[in-house]
Amino acid sequence: MKWFNRLKKGINTDTKDKKEITEGLWFKCPSCKQVIAMDDHEANLHVCECGYHERINSKQYFEILFDNNEYKELNTKITSGDPLEFTDTKKYTDRLESVMKKTGLKDAITTVVGEINGNKIVIASMNFEFIGGSMGSVVGEKIAKSIDYCIKHKLPFMIISKSGGARMMEAAISLMQMAKTSAKLSQLADAKLPYLSFLTDPTTGGVTASFAMLGDVNFAEPGALIGFAGPRVVKETIGKDLPEGFQRSEFVLEHGFLDYITPRKELKEKIALQLEMFKN
Amino acid sequence: MNLLDFEEPIGVLLEQLQKVEQVEKESNVDMSKAKEDLQVQIDNKRKEIAEGLTPWQRVQLSRHPDRPYTLSYIEAITKGSFIELHGDRGVKDDKAMIGGFGNVDGKTVMFIGQQKGVNTKMRQFRNFGMANPEGYRKALRLMRLAEKFNKPIVTLIDTPGAFPGLEAEERGQGEAIARNLFEMFRIKVPIICIVIGEGASGGALGIGIGDNIAMLENSWYSVISPENCSTILWRSWEYKQTAAEALKLTSSDMKKNGLIDTIIKEPLGGAHVCPKKTFTSVKTHIKKQIKLLSNIETDELLNNRIAKFEKIGVFNE
Repeated sequence: MKWFNRLKKGINTDTKDKKEITEGLWFKCPSCKQVIAMDDHEANLHVCECGYHERINSKQYFEILFDNNEYKELNTKITSGDPLEFTDTKKYTDRLESVMKKTGLKDAITTVVGEINGNKIVIASMNFEFIGGSMGSVVGEKIAKSIDYCIKHKLPFMIISKSGGARMMEAAISLMQMAKTSAKLSQLADAKLPYLSFLTDPTTGGVTASFAMLGDVNFAEPGALIGFAGPRVVKETIGKDLPEGFQRSEFVLEHGFLDYITPRKELKEKIALQLEMFKN
Repeated sequence: MNLLDFEEPIGVLLEQLQKVEQVEKESNVDMSKAKEDLQVQIDNKRKEIAEGLTPWQRVQLSRHPDRPYTLSYIEAITKGSFIELHGDRGVKDDKAMIGGFGNVDGKTVMFIGQQKGVNTKMRQFRNFGMANPEGYRKALRLMRLAEKFNKPIVTLIDTPGAFPGLEAEERGQGEAIARNLFEMFRIKVPIICIVIGEGASGGALGIGIGDNIAMLENSWYSVISPENCSTILWRSWEYKQTAAEALKLTSSDMKKNGLIDTIIKEPLGGAHVCPKKTFTSVKTHIKKQIKLLSNIETDELLNNRIAKFEKIGVFNE
């Protein structure tokens, strides 16, 4: 026998009477499941107490890195063409238009120049929210132009990688951007200017197989997925479950492809120190 | 002979030709007229098929089971003088990537390329032409060796992609390919790259930086295979034909878009119909390019190599 009986079935609250909970007031960590106030989470640079680094965008990295949040954007006008008139389930041009509108970004990379503790540097930061941070002609060209800028002004260069790889809608042209960026990096190396490669979650495919692995120093955020083939593909290939921590920053460091891992809180100081090491 | 579905009409004629030859042998009757007629019919049919080839059919041709692979080209071009060199001096010898010196009509050339297997056992042995990091590192070691002794380099590209295995990730597949891209821009001898079959993604590009980039007529080159593209963008394996068209991966599209320099013609019907002819065309191309590129000063050669890739990209400014 039940103590209480439900008399009316279903939810009867009208939509208009529903209590509104402001979105983004709380952050629930997907790793430790702890809930913290968004203000505190932001103050912690979007890093949970447990060490989980939430993905942040280019603007947020610039805010963390540059002195007084001051920087100048370079090559703001470059946008994608549609060289192959590519259509999958959607026209490439429509896809570009809608993602530009949604993100307010021009393409999957933003290039800026500014100072980190007084050290002037050019940074190219990838925008994952723009078609998965995929590399097409614009990413290639903006990296190329940034490197030209570095050589002209004798400045160090840094790329913040955050990308699924090459952009399929530009097919072989995207593939060749791997070659193009590597060629430009060889010019930067000839000019004896430092190139820091900062790998964040996620860095895979053609980006890993070109500029992301070519730094004078390769360093990453904790727990970032870094690899050539995606984990799903690797799993299908070997037909077994993947070991824990596979393709994460710590794993990649252990196998010798990273110089160090830097928590977001120490990022600015570490980069400044690294730049000064090259300079002095 | 293995026949692809769209080659079937030729199969019927080939069978007839075989029968006629048999009759001729058994009865001693002169059948040369009938044979000639059939050969003309076969050629016409091949021409008809060749003219209507879709991108997907070309992808199928590039994977034709009778299509010659890298080592067959090298054996023919060097007339058996090839000395294969093994190992990356670090981990092991990658069987999917081969390389070594060979003599091309009196001149020593470094050959490097992915190798596929000719039967089930060999396909496994060669890992289906999918190299591991040590394959790319072996390739770079051999390129440096060629540079040291001032020998031109020829790379023959034929891979469904770099191997996406667990150990490949552990040993830095991404780094190995990236390193090759970077270093190949600095190798101070001419590099000639030829896609002879499949040119899939970073696995192909990892030995694909050079002064002249060529594709055999029925090969393909792209950022992803049509099947995988179909799976990712259409979420189904079924759109591979559409994907093959959308990717503009054929030799003529690649040339039109300024991504390669040269198309090497294949015999009517494809490289497998007459491998000998194919080898000769490739050899002629290699000899011509070596002659052309050897006359260019090293600095200019390297600057041109960078400029060639630097100008690739379509965008609005």
